[in-house]
Amino acid sequence: MTATPAESAVPPEPTAPPRAARSSRLLAERVIEAAIALAGVSTVVIVALIFLFLLRESTAAFLDVPLRQLMGTRWYPIEGLFGFLPLIAGSLVVTIGAVVIAVPLGLITAIYLGEIAPPSQREVLKPIIEVLAGIPSIVLGFVGWVALAPLVQQLGATTGLTALTGSLILAYMALPTIISISEDALYAVPKAYRDGALAIGATQWQTIWRVVLPAARSGIVIAVMLGIGRAIGETMAVMMVTGNAANIPALGPGLFLQPVRTMTATIAAEMGEVQRGSLHYSTLFAIGVVLFVITFGINYVAGRLIGASGGPRRRGQL
Amino acid sequence: MSPKIEIRGFNFFYRDFHALIDLDLLIPRNQITALIGPSGCGKSTFLRCLNRMNDTIAGTRADGRILLDGDDIYAPDVDVTGLRQRVGMVFQRPNPFPQSIYDNVAFGPRVLGLASARSLDGIVEESLRGAAVWDDVKHRLHDPAQALNPGQQQRLCIARAIAVKPEVILMDEPCSALDPVATLRVEDLMQSLASDYTIVIVTHNMQQAARVSHQTGFFWLGRLVEFGPTGALFRAPRDPLTEAYITGRRG
Ligand SMILES: Nc1ncnc2c1ncn2[C@@H]1O[C@H](COP(=O)(O)OP(=O)(O)OP(=O)(O)O)[C@@H](O)[C@H]1O
Ligand SMILES: [Mg+2]
Repeated sequence: MTATPAESAVPPEPTAPPRAARSSRLLAERVIEAAIALAGVSTVVIVALIFLFLLRESTAAFLDVPLRQLMGTRWYPIEGLFGFLPLIAGSLVVTIGAVVIAVPLGLITAIYLGEIAPPSQREVLKPIIEVLAGIPSIVLGFVGWVALAPLVQQLGATTGLTALTGSLILAYMALPTIISISEDALYAVPKAYRDGALAIGATQWQTIWRVVLPAARSGIVIAVMLGIGRAIGETMAVMMVTGNAANIPALGPGLFLQPVRTMTATIAAEMGEVQRGSLHYSTLFAIGVVLFVITFGINYVAGRLIGASGGPRRRGQL
Repeated sequence: MSPKIEIRGFNFFYRDFHALIDLDLLIPRNQITALIGPSGCGKSTFLRCLNRMNDTIAGTRADGRILLDGDDIYAPDVDVTGLRQRVGMVFQRPNPFPQSIYDNVAFGPRVLGLASARSLDGIVEESLRGAAVWDDVKHRLHDPAQALNPGQQQRLCIARAIAVKPEVILMDEPCSALDPVATLRVEDLMQSLASDYTIVIVTHNMQQAARVSHQTGFFWLGRLVEFGPTGALFRAPRDPLTEAYITGRRG
């Protein structure tokens, strides 16, 4: 190259817009920026307000019910027993069951779609899977009640309406999210990484396992978290199929074959009957606070997992 | 000495497109062979035939023979992963995995089961030294490879390639994303590697081909127009196409 610095310097812009046009463009730019900032800030403010509202409505519960009782193992509002543990345990068992089913299945499906299936198959299957995400949850609850519960009962449960039934329905609801988003993440991994691994003599499976999956980690974590988020927050379908018994399920091999009741189902089922301002009413809001905190915790953990995968996030990165 | 790679009546197709036509050439052992030619003439395609990376593209077809130490690499019973271990590749854009420097180099030995945990450290150090990048990275082996500059990344990729002890290294425009200083370092490295490896390099840079290679081949529209010792080919090209290309490229 023989270019001298003078040659490579930027020439004066011959087509610089007239002053007036430029300042009006600047103004437009500012307006757009302000609008975006407003939208961003208002989202945060709304979330904060919701949390404050929950706190306000639930103060009575936190003040009047001794903490020991809130941590108790019995939820009998009529007798004034407000132990959250059975509900938290119910949510946990159902959610964990759903995660254990949906995450491996979802990842395997995503890997198949993204790495193994021929493009023609991928183009057909992916939209179908995405449509599954749109099935109303009440419909799934219905299917679970009619079709799934009898099958679960055959596994040896006394009733078909168990934690497992709920887990299966929730797993089904989380799957499209997990598949679709983690497949996007796999798809975004540059071909150059795959080529690099194959050119060394790695098999396709080694390439996927040791290069592509780690490279897609942040996107996959997001996929799993969104899937779990959907599972935890889901109410109607779960209420229909888990049997609604506010018991702490007994640990053991039959853990998933017992009826349980989740936090969300409790709020949904009892909100209509309580008297506004009563202690029961306030404890339902307190359950909402607990849910809120759990969800925040999950998001925080997800953020840490993503942050750990590749140093500080840069612009343009997933 | 017998040639390292022998190409006999080789043709290659992307679906209907006849990308490589009737190639015949001998790539000598422990030398650097440069491939030059205008864009789209098939240099990369040819290079990717030598380790069968083109197998990853649907609808491709090879015809004719490529013999590595006398064995046809397109024979039906060939283990492609084993072939690629013997014939390594360095790409145009440095493509270290988004992992640590150490894990990048250790990748090959790990997947191929070449090393116990104890000897892995040794292989990593030896490969990084061999690729002249050890001094740049020895204090930060567990930093992400992406933190290195492009020249260091490319030498890291060379280290990754030699960590599995290949016999041949294919390089597709390995310096085109590098600045002149980094380019010179990679060229020096190639020359020091030539005593142990057979190197085939694609380049658009005539000076580079002239500086580093022993043999040069000139491709034109999928054909090998001229092939011979680098000095002679640049000084006195036999084919007018070759002459037009190298003088046009120089002037
Ligand atoms: N995946 C592909 N599918 C179909 N045709 C291809 C494919 N890759 C390359 N080709 C075609 O094969 C011919 C040779 O391409 P190739 O990439 O080998 O050229 P090249 O000499 O390496 O060019 P460059 O100097 O630009 O890298 C070109 O006409 C190109 O369009
Ligand atoms: Mg090329």
